[in-house]
Amino acid sequence: MTPAADPLVAVRGLSVTFPDRTGDVRAVRDVDYDLARGEVLGIVGESGSGKSAAALAVMGLLPAGARVEGSVRLDGEELIGLEDRALSRLRGRRIAMVFQDPLSALTPVYRIGQQVAEAVQAHNRLSRDEARSRAVELLELVGIAGARERAGAFPHELSGGMRQRVMIAMAIANDPDVLIADEPTTALDVTIQAQVLEVLRTAREATGAAMIVITHDLGVVAGFADRVAVMYAGRLVEQGGVDDVYERPRMPYTMGLLGSIPRVDESGRRPLVPIEGAPPSPAHLPPGCPFAPRCPLVFERCHEEEPALAAVGGRPQLAACHRAAEIEAGGLAPEEVYEVRSSAPAPGAERRNGRPQVLRTEDLVKHHPLLRGAVFKRQVGTVRAVDGISLTVGEGETLGLVGESGCGKTTALLEILELTRPQGGRVVVLGRDTAELDARERRALRREVQVVFQDPLASLDPRLPVSDVLAEPLRTHGVARERVEERVRELVRLVGLEHQHLSRYPQHFSGGQRQRIAIARALALEPKLVVLDEPVSALDVSIRAGVVNLLEELRERLGLSYLFVAHDLSVVRHVSDRVAVMYLGRLVEVGDVDRLYGGPAHPYTQALLSAIPVPDPRKERTRARILLPGDLPSPAEVPGGCRFHTRCPKFAALDAERRRRCLEEEPELRAVGPGQEAACHYAERLAVV
Amino acid sequence: MSVPTEQVIGRLADQRPGGGPPLDETRVPSRWGVVLRRFLGRRLALAGLVVLAGLFVLAFVGPYLTPWTYTDKDYAAFLSGPSADHWFGTTQTGGDVYALTVRGMQKSLIIGLLVALFSTGLAAIVGSFAGYFGGWVDRTLMWMVELLLVLPAFLLVAILSPLFRGRTWLLFVVLLAAFLWMVTARIVRGMTISLREREYVLAARYMGLSGPRIIFRHILPNISSLLIIDATLNVSAAIIAETGLSYFGFGVQPPDVSLGTLIADGTTSAVTFPWLFGFAAGLLVLIVLSVNLVGDGLRDALDPTSGA
Amino acid sequence: MAKFLLRRLASSIVLVAIAASLAYVLAAASLSPRSNFEGRNPPPPAAVVERELEARNLNDRTPIIERYGAWATGLVRLDFGESWDGTSVNAEMARRIGVSLRLLIIATILGSVLGVLVGAWGAVRQHRFSDHAITFASFVILSTPVFVLAVLLEIVAVGVNDATGVSVFEYTGEFTPGLEGGFWTLAVDRLQHLVLPTLTLVLAQIAIFSRYQRNAMLDVLGSDFVRTAQAKGLRRRTALLKHALRTALIPSATFFAYNFGLLLIGATFIETIFGWHGMGEWFIESVRRNDVNAVAAVSCFAAVLVLFAGLLSDLAYAVLDPRIRVGA
Repeated sequence: MTPAADPLVAVRGLSVTFPDRTGDVRAVRDVDYDLARGEVLGIVGESGSGKSAAALAVMGLLPAGARVEGSVRLDGEELIGLEDRALSRLRGRRIAMVFQDPLSALTPVYRIGQQVAEAVQAHNRLSRDEARSRAVELLELVGIAGARERAGAFPHELSGGMRQRVMIAMAIANDPDVLIADEPTTALDVTIQAQVLEVLRTAREATGAAMIVITHDLGVVAGFADRVAVMYAGRLVEQGGVDDVYERPRMPYTMGLLGSIPRVDESGRRPLVPIEGAPPSPAHLPPGCPFAPRCPLVFERCHEEEPALAAVGGRPQLAACHRAAEIEAGGLAPEEVYEVRSSAPAPGAERRNGRPQVLRTEDLVKHHPLLRGAVFKRQVGTVRAVDGISLTVGEGETLGLVGESGCGKTTALLEILELTRPQGGRVVVLGRDTAELDARERRALRREVQVVFQDPLASLDPRLPVSDVLAEPLRTHGVARERVEERVRELVRLVGLEHQHLSRYPQHFSGGQRQRIAIARALALEPKLVVLDEPVSALDVSIRAGVVNLLEELRERLGLSYLFVAHDLSVVRHVSDRVAVMYLGRLVEVGDVDRLYGGPAHPYTQALLSAIPVPDPRKERTRARILLPGDLPSPAEVPGGCRFHTRCPKFAALDAERRRRCLEEEPELRAVGPGQEAACHYAERLAVV
Repeated sequence: MSVPTEQVIGRLADQRPGGGPPLDETRVPSRWGVVLRRFLGRRLALAGLVVLAGLFVLAFVGPYLTPWTYTDKDYAAFLSGPSADHWFGTTQTGGDVYALTVRGMQKSLIIGLLVALFSTGLAAIVGSFAGYFGGWVDRTLMWMVELLLVLPAFLLVAILSPLFRGRTWLLFVVLLAAFLWMVTARIVRGMTISLREREYVLAARYMGLSGPRIIFRHILPNISSLLIIDATLNVSAAIIAETGLSYFGFGVQPPDVSLGTLIADGTTSAVTFPWLFGFAAGLLVLIVLSVNLVGDGLRDALDPTSGA
Repeated sequence: MAKFLLRRLASSIVLVAIAASLAYVLAAASLSPRSNFEGRNPPPPAAVVERELEARNLNDRTPIIERYGAWATGLVRLDFGESWDGTSVNAEMARRIGVSLRLLIIATILGSVLGVLVGAWGAVRQHRFSDHAITFASFVILSTPVFVLAVLLEIVAVGVNDATGVSVFEYTGEFTPGLEGGFWTLAVDRLQHLVLPTLTLVLAQIAIFSRYQRNAMLDVLGSDFVRTAQAKGLRRRTALLKHALRTALIPSATFFAYNFGLLLIGATFIETIFGWHGMGEWFIESVRRNDVNAVAAVSCFAAVLVLFAGLLSDLAYAVLDPRIRVGA
């Protein structure tokens, strides 16, 4: 174990089992770790790895049916098996927790001030007024401006970032010794994530608490934690100092994870390292090492015996792998352990010159009325979801459209897919203006434009077997029966699935396989343009790489064009030729991918890129962040002039004379160099990653 | 009744069909296998199903077990208690209560089933079209629903009862169904609205599928759980409505009988001649109870998120 | 909020008007007041029948649209017309309305409050014996039509009366006609008559509300905010009462409106069975006697009550749920 003489928290042999009629689900198995005073431990794992269950077990907050075994000691006091009364005295006072989804974690019917005050009063005999004013102090501490007034707000009146601040305020209300944050930023956009991580740092400084940060994002932990533990199938499989684990991973799973994430700070088309298969269901664990079925280094012993966490290389680093010593001795890197397919030829900006355009929008506008009232709807404003965007996608090109939630990127995409006359502007697909199509022509054009959605489960009708899912577009467009069957078989092969999968239903597949089915369906009619709406963001990290690689490969083989809509700038950098950045319904910057990532010129792009955590602890510790103040304004109340000026760090630094221009004149996209345009009056390229 | 009902519907709509945790590709039993196992795992629901089957047998085979028919009169036995000759006793006019009761059960069961079938079908069509197409289709249909909800169905059918007096009881079935579909239609509409934005429906639209085809191919099959549950619970609602109307003489007309008319006839002498009231009432409660138990079991089996 | 209510009221009035018109037209088309005269012995002269029907706007030889016009004109002045035998519908309604409202109000309040409590308690004790017992009992009551439940309670009451030798429970009428005595004697007499009918309706309401509340509670029991409340240091019981129950009340407010139509019909049975001269009993009698104007009047009353219940339920909803307050 880690040498900690007198750990604050000592977890030994912690197991959590959920009894089920079909067999026990062993969510957490035999987990050991220590947490020293003031230390930050990151626990990294994919969904279903048991990381949240392990944390809830420490808090004693698992649902009634769960069976918890092992020991959790807080300053020597055993927590497992304590009565509700005794536990409730510790919860909030000595151990506090911040949950993932700050909307559902706050009671919708009470004001936030009341909820924070309740946390204060749970452990202190304070009058209502005293608790109130303490609550306001706490809200100020977590950076809620106008805390006194905001205390009277209900949770639904706050943005996600604000709600998470409230959660943190409640967690630190009683100066806890341990603060557990369970995916504290997963539900948030990158710029808001950067803000909340900053608040967590403040909270830690204010309380001196030790922290456990649970996340699936290796980037978040890199800059935040002192030590990191990797969890897989309910067990810790690797543990050590952040620098050690990131630089010298010794468990193939950790290596795979690190190799599979696209990085915002790396240019070029390094193919990602995909881990084959999917994590095992905790109800049906394979014998031996649970990672063995996916491991490239697997040998006989792995299937027979589950490896224990053991020290490697004389460092305070532990790995659960029978071959850790070999990896250590050989100093193997992820690319050496995993088979990497040959790289796709790097297409560049030059490729699109002279190529025909597949899609062009000119000043595309989509506004919708903001309605209020439950019985009689009345319009109280206009949501300017898409407010004049012009973009082009050339043949064989991938255009990445990025922006945070609420920026209008999905609305823009759906508007394009409608293939009808837009509210404003023009949409031209393959040279045809959609406003001039009649119903028959529109149907014909649909063959050329297909879509892949974010959530592969939601995008496949659960009542149809895969064969029907794939045949539907063909039948709809009147393809002959024999040809349909043949084409369906081709498609399955194309996306790397097997024929016997055809008779199964979507819910029988893992997330990555489902997304492959959705991709196959989109390709059924041999379209020219595929619109990809966040195609990998619902997938687990280890599965993403495989789907990204597949998309790249298909594009090359079939000469497809992609409009790739995403909020994850790392993935976009990896797949795109050109990138368009969207803010509040407008494009703020468009450029060739390496130009834009290498030197973003718009202050928003700069902030966005600098907010993305990089899975490299050394780099992460030294990077300067551009933190944006506040939240994305509502698209119903778009600020006048430059719509970014309310949050713009550059604007804040300008003198009054130069500011006037930002306040009065809306900037248009202007070239800031070859292959790069930005909509900023004072655009300047700046390297941030 | 606008805001709250939408909320109720919202709650139902949140229950994502086909949801659940990602499953390993292997060892996954088929959906109906899971449903069957979950249903069989609920003892009360299973008991309900068994009892219901027994009641059906009694209603349709029962008449052949006794020499008496429901129109026969035994002039040698007025108001006699249960005996070997008259298993459930006789009425004031010498009718055989057993023969009357099984005949009444037949009527009540058939009417309940038909009404539930018609009204759920109507609800599915109206609700899904209103929800999918929105706009004026939605506004018109939902306004009709609201209007019909303002007047309790019971009152309307009672008012219209002279119209089917002396005609076929099927007219009664149609009327009853015509006034029982509204609540289900609202729920179907709510679920359709949430499904309409589902990616697989969008994908079908962008593939070029027409509205009605999307409704019948993608939307209705995906709310089939709800429709099955609702149809089941509508059976019990329809039986209660039918017997209630018949109780007042607004339903099944003499000489035909239903459990409602039998109970009405027996009520006044429930204390003095309990067999006149007890058998019909007991069997009615048993029917409705077992249908409800089956419906509840189906809800648990089909919709694991319902929590109950 | 006031604006919202006003608009709500306006739309409700329109709906009541349309619903009442619909009821009138259906009743006028379906019921035949003429048959009341035809059955008489000796049969009255045709001219007399004609005159009588004409005087009350009940003549089926007058086009329905004209009859409707005359009825609607009266309704604008809140005059519901006359019964076929010449009595004023308004006067009869005034006599009966209080009887029904008392039954409905008591049953609604007792039924919903007790039902919510029972349901919440069952949810908290999920899977224990008490929860199973409550669930099963409510299932049985839900499956028992009111007209059976009423008779069963009556049988129990007769048993109690026989056993004690005193008339503890009364089951015919609303009070003992011609009873002499002081205030207390009369009050006790009314109470004795009140218990059984109210209990019948209340039991049915408790069964419905408890089922609904239990499910609503179970929906929120596992929610994140209950866990947050515990993570703050609240005891589980406190978290359940303060956070789970409070939030689970919201859907029940909705359910109140849904349920009200059923309650009205239940009351109709109860009035008829226990011999209370309320609106429900009147409706049944009027349909049987082909009394078009009385039927329309009761339908109008029902529509007003249903919409009023909807309004109350919306109000309760707005009070309970801050999320819709903003929009309203």
